[in-house]
Amino acid sequence: MNPASLPLQPAPDRADARVKFEVRDLVRTRTSASGASVTAVDNVSFDVRQGEFVCLLGPSGCGKTSILNILAGLDRQHSGQVHMDGKPLTGPGPDRAVLFQEPALFPWLSVRANIELALKFVGVPAQARADRAMDWLRNVRLERFADAQPHELSMGMRQRAALARALAGDPDVLLGDEPFGSLDAQARELLQNEVQRVWVESENTKTFVFVTHNVREAALLADRVLVMSAAPGHLIEEVKIHAPWPRQLDDVLVARVVSEIHELLMEEVDKTVARETAP
Amino acid sequence: MRVKRLRRELTPPLAGMASLILIWAVLAALTSTNSIPWPADAWRALWHGVADGSLSTAAGKTLVRLAFGFGVSILIGTALGFALALNEFARRAVRPLVVALQITPFIAWLPLAVIWFGATERAVVFVTIMGAFPSMTLATIQAFRQVPPLYSRAGRTMGASGWTLYRNVLFPAALPGYMAGLQQAWGFAWKALMAAELIVAAVGSNGLGNLLDQAGRNVPVIVATVAVIALIGVAVDYLVFGLLDRRVRGKRGLLQI
Repeated sequence: MNPASLPLQPAPDRADARVKFEVRDLVRTRTSASGASVTAVDNVSFDVRQGEFVCLLGPSGCGKTSILNILAGLDRQHSGQVHMDGKPLTGPGPDRAVLFQEPALFPWLSVRANIELALKFVGVPAQARADRAMDWLRNVRLERFADAQPHELSMGMRQRAALARALAGDPDVLLGDEPFGSLDAQARELLQNEVQRVWVESENTKTFVFVTHNVREAALLADRVLVMSAAPGHLIEEVKIHAPWPRQLDDVLVARVVSEIHELLMEEVDKTVARETAP
Repeated sequence: MRVKRLRRELTPPLAGMASLILIWAVLAALTSTNSIPWPADAWRALWHGVADGSLSTAAGKTLVRLAFGFGVSILIGTALGFALALNEFARRAVRPLVVALQITPFIAWLPLAVIWFGATERAVVFVTIMGAFPSMTLATIQAFRQVPPLYSRAGRTMGASGWTLYRNVLFPAALPGYMAGLQQAWGFAWKALMAAELIVAAVGSNGLGNLLDQAGRNVPVIVATVAVIALIGVAVDYLVFGLLDRRVRGKRGLLQI
């Protein structure tokens, strides 16, 4: 029997889950170095439900990072509506932790102190911080490096520490801006597994929105992939992934979704080429 | 291990010092006039100055002035620099003026200082402040503006804002640049003070610069005094700022091994 023809698992039913993010008619333009106005995000609308793991997938420069910054509250120069829990977003906050492309640990603090600072910012009393920081470090298997400075760790370990720091404040939402992009293959796989595990363990309470240009990564992690076009970025397709967790890259269902999305993207490339070469 | 490290640390500067004295001796031998003293004569003058207390008293007086002038420069420079780093309008209005002050040779302030304060210790300290505070201000602005935006973005998404963000993220992030600014401002303060002391023959102001002025044509004393001035400059630069800077940057992984 051809494994690719196996029936898909039923999708986790999130029809009754609350809407976490409601994005309507989002447009983001920026001014290029030459002064011209460039549309980075072109009229994008989507919902993210509580407990979902959504990946925004698209080629470089398609505006997916812009969307993530807007969800994080770091970028407010946009038109259209962005609501979280039914209320318009007003700025960044510890309810939406962000994993940046670089680990973004503070280099003057030890790994443990970085996590303690995150706890301090959300009001955890001083005497409780040390224990909770160590719990999080154990969770990402970095307890032996608690007192190391960030620069003493490998890139993968730093990003794992950043994951611990992001989650320490117990956010409702974790946003990821290509956090695996700067890692080598092994470190990437390790961190992807950590992220999957944390999300599964949160049992539909935490919402993850990650941005990536890597089809396999999106298929591995997300239960829904929003595929974006090349710039100016708009949504071209929504792909639901029904594979159970934890997933491996060589899972049949994951592989199938990868080729499905890949085909979609190739069609998109063909369309673009056809459009550009049309008389 | 420690001895080995110490030897590795100390050998290059000692070798440099030894070559300097050697070249000096050769030059002294080649010149028939006594415009270049023998190293031994300068050493005797130095020893004499320390023994009769003239050099150490002068150095003490100078250091008190320096502490005051440099201290005021740090206060003004830090406060002004921070304010200008925060407010873009103010920065664009005031920064060019500070740059103008920085470019103006500090000794150009001396005539005005003497008119305002007379040939007094105050005039000398004023020139020191004018020499050091612009550099401190510019370095402080720069220190804050060079903080990678990623740190403040990370801090804000972790829930910090306003004063909390400054205290916990932006101040520590700006520290290496600020330390470099202190070290540089120290150099300016020291030079300005020496120049002012050399010129202002204030009554009862017997600093190192005045000593240099009073030495007349006594070349060994001049050389000995210059050596003390250089030594104090280097010692503070290395022992205070150099070590602090190494600590700050070492912790952040900014030192090359």
